[in-house]
Amino acid sequence: MVPDHQIMSEEEVQQLYSLYNITSEQLPKIYHDDPAVKVIGAKVGDVIRIVRTSHTAGRAESYRLVIKRPKK
Amino acid sequence: MNPEFEEAIRDASLPDKTKQQLRSFLEGKEITREQFSTILDRVINEYMNTRIEACEAVGIIAAQSIGEPGTQMTMRTFHYAGVAEINVTLGLPRLIEIMDARKEPSTPTMTIYLQEEFSGDRDRAREVSWQIEAAPLHEFGDIVIDMENMQIVVQLNAAVCDKRKISVADIVEIAPRKIRDRRHYRDFDHEVDEKGAVMYFMPKDKESYQNLFQLAEHVRNVIVQGIDDIERVVVRKESGEYILYTEGSNLKDVFEVVGVDTTRTRTNNISEISQVLGIEAARNAIIHEALSTLNEQGIMVDVRHIMLVADMMCMDGEVKQIGRHGIAGEKESVLSRAAFEVTVNHLLDAAVANEVDELSGVTENVIVGQPIQLGTGDVKLIAKPLN
Repeated sequence: MVPDHQIMSEEEVQQLYSLYNITSEQLPKIYHDDPAVKVIGAKVGDVIRIVRTSHTAGRAESYRLVIKRPKK
Repeated sequence: MNPEFEEAIRDASLPDKTKQQLRSFLEGKEITREQFSTILDRVINEYMNTRIEACEAVGIIAAQSIGEPGTQMTMRTFHYAGVAEINVTLGLPRLIEIMDARKEPSTPTMTIYLQEEFSGDRDRAREVSWQIEAAPLHEFGDIVIDMENMQIVVQLNAAVCDKRKISVADIVEIAPRKIRDRRHYRDFDHEVDEKGAVMYFMPKDKESYQNLFQLAEHVRNVIVQGIDDIERVVVRKESGEYILYTEGSNLKDVFEVVGVDTTRTRTNNISEISQVLGIEAARNAIIHEALSTLNEQGIMVDVRHIMLVADMMCMDGEVKQIGRHGIAGEKESVLSRAAFEVTVNHLLDAAVANEVDELSGVTENVIVGQPIQLGTGDVKLIAKPLN
């Protein structure tokens, strides 16, 4: 059920931003205490590449920005 | 296949699944280089044509595509989903549950797959099920209320304990501890005769029969084996392997049981998945649950619509409901929010906070009577004016 999560290098992140012409704010988010984030040891501010097995495309890449869980 | 073709397919900008289909189509067919490049070009062309245009209002398409068949769904279905006696909420109530991102579904249930060594053998599957199913103390022996001596006598049945793979020593240790910790009842003492497999429970207040009976109730129902939240387990054989279906759900504890295949085991409690396995697993669970709920009723909705909904719900790192506490309540525009639910509150808050509405969305422009800012612009782009 859990797809593969990888931490992206700084270069890859810059490439991603210029490819889609976006800023980090526009990426989907993931909390720093998410179990999958804890496993790979990503820090707040990292961008994570998620390789999903997609129903439509077979394999799809998605990206999430690690943020701190807001206090309730 | 010609390695040259293989390379061309690999480098083409197509999704993996299409490439795979193309490969299996070309497998064993004699084609010339020219034919191949025509095929590949056409496939790429076709793929490009099927892609959604930028600025297309996919949300509205998804809403209609799920909403219309949704009206055909049975309003109330309490189904026994093929599995012996396990009741699962299905149909519209279940779909609403998923979209509302409830903390707990009305009928939590798990589908537990077993590791290979356990899944082939009924007895071994049963052994795993005993580790999971919550079993109260009265299933392991006779419980007698001795009113003369103001005590409760538990005579454990060694044969049952042996069959259930739990030792008398374990039960003797677990039972009093769990009555204190889990059931929060502490006004008693206990004595143990491990050799004779007998336990004695005495209430602290020797005068009150009420206390004695209260204690007896706790002793009878204390869970000594299995996981507390899982009330029932049904073992079933499906496509050659034994699978456990449960009533009640506790993903974390089930994962720790020996013999459980943690990669395939799933629960219908989405918020539990997001806590134990993370937001991406929750996204997958939403897609799977929504799709199977719809398909079970014979309603075929394209996955893409459901994927869009699941993506929206999981965008911010936690599962958000589709409603005023989730996605709809976080819209930028005041008028759009006010048009949805609790109108006065939104208008009042917006007035106090001096909010400005940019009138960029659909709802706002309908309210003020302006043309909406929506669409791909295809008409202007593709149809060139003659002069």
